[in-house]
Amino acid sequence: MPGLSDLYQEILLEHNSKPHNFKTIDQANHTSEGYNPLCGDQISLALKVVDGVIDDVGFQGVGCAISRASASMMTQSIKGQSLEKANEIFEAFHFMITEPDGDLDLDILGDLETLSGVNEYPTRIKCAILAWHTMKAALTGDEDPISTE
Amino acid sequence: MTAGNRATASTLNLEKIRSDFPILSQTVNGQSLVYLDNGATSQKPQSVIDAIVDYYTTTNSNVHRGVHTLSQRATDSYEGARTKIQRFINASDDKEIIFTRNTTEGINLVAYSYGRKNIGPGDDIIVSNMEHHSNIVPWQMLCEENGANLLVVPIDDTGSLVMDEYQKMLTPRTKLVSITHVSNALGTIQNAKQIVRMAHDIGSPVLLDGAQAVPHMPVDMQDLDCDFYVFSGHKLFGPTGIGVLYGKAEYLEAMPPFLGGGEMIKSVTFEKTIYNDLPYKFEGGTPDIAGAVGLGAAIDYVTNLGFDQITAHEEELLRYGTELLSCIDGVTIVGTAAHKAGILSFVMDKAHPHDIGTILDEQGIAIRTGHHCAQPVMHRFQIPATARASFAFYNNKEDIDALVKGIDRVIEVFS
Repeated sequence: MPGLSDLYQEILLEHNSKPHNFKTIDQANHTSEGYNPLCGDQISLALKVVDGVIDDVGFQGVGCAISRASASMMTQSIKGQSLEKANEIFEAFHFMITEPDGDLDLDILGDLETLSGVNEYPTRIKCAILAWHTMKAALTGDEDPISTE
Repeated sequence: MTAGNRATASTLNLEKIRSDFPILSQTVNGQSLVYLDNGATSQKPQSVIDAIVDYYTTTNSNVHRGVHTLSQRATDSYEGARTKIQRFINASDDKEIIFTRNTTEGINLVAYSYGRKNIGPGDDIIVSNMEHHSNIVPWQMLCEENGANLLVVPIDDTGSLVMDEYQKMLTPRTKLVSITHVSNALGTIQNAKQIVRMAHDIGSPVLLDGAQAVPHMPVDMQDLDCDFYVFSGHKLFGPTGIGVLYGKAEYLEAMPPFLGGGEMIKSVTFEKTIYNDLPYKFEGGTPDIAGAVGLGAAIDYVTNLGFDQITAHEEELLRYGTELLSCIDGVTIVGTAAHKAGILSFVMDKAHPHDIGTILDEQGIAIRTGHHCAQPVMHRFQIPATARASFAFYNNKEDIDALVKGIDRVIEVFS
């Protein structure tokens, strides 16, 4: 079993202490709220989509290092991407987090691979996935807040 | 009950006690288990495990039904457990002891049965800001149904009830006060006797949620004079699935049944059903007989150790832990009431409780992280969650030292 250093990698800790795109978006046209009722993690995600491309994205909220870093890295990875591509990244990330022995698509994942250690910690998978489900809900126009439960 | 100001030193034989709890001797993630999540559930001594195995091996049968020998034995075991509980909490009569599944069911029983009959539109139910969700939601459900109001007594920055505000809320409209005896999230021990006395002065009954109290201190129904008292077996070193509702007979007698079915009736025809006497009126269906037997064995174990010893030991652990945690830069203890049971809730500047929990678990240390089913407490202190170490009598100073070492590791990871 990998140790803590695989989970709390330097890059994750950096995203936690200085999250990217931790901001509100004035002209957002897709928004959603996500909650993890077990630990109180909460995220508000806002996206500005122009002509099928994610022009800008920002998140706000409170959460553990893993949920914060995952949200930060997610915004980095989808910003400037088409909706189709964002969906591909979602699928690749979801697969990485939930299938411990699966082959990872490193081309698509890039830095997100840093979070692969989470799949060894079943109690923390929900932390890592929260922002992603929230993004999916925002893009599909699902108005109900997302809950990990 | 104040941390650090009791002269009594504990003479508990911790080595012997720890050997009575087989689960404690294992390793978790390659480290000796340090179990500090007793507020969530406690571990079970071998005598409790044996009592349950023995019940199923030699006695199992249904209670209060058969004329055969095993049925009589099962009934004796089940009722024997009830009598142990009656003595344990000093109730006047064993018919005042109702077996439930847990604390939550006990509160729901009172809300459903007493509440629906006696609380109506415009009436007030008083709870506090430090309640577990199980002592909030049943009352909200009742208020929604019948138009009563839920009033919340505030708590101060130490996590103590603001008694002046409580006094102001007590009026002729008050139909029930339902307050925790010991806070699960903060460890605060309430001045329960005063809470009860003040409510009785205006004619309102009081329910005390004793889930976090009974494992740590003696509780005496005659002394507290509360009208209802609820707790769970599993936090008291007994099995899961069994809990207790104590109610004064005068209240229980006047209350309608909760669950209809077998056991709770005297006779049934399609024209009329006559309900059984206490306590059976509230025990519809086959109960958790083995659970009751296990809880009886747990009470024997605790009684044998003695609360003088248990309380003295846990106060020492709390004093020691509070002192050590207070010295760590970036750690803030949440809940600093003058009177506390063995609960240390804390937050760290740089690490979220969830991350603290994972890093401690790597070192074999089990604590609880999150809102502890007490979100209003988190809102009060404007934090999303806390890390909570909660003690039992089998914990020792080495466990606290391990916790401190674990917190140092958290600081290292997040530095």
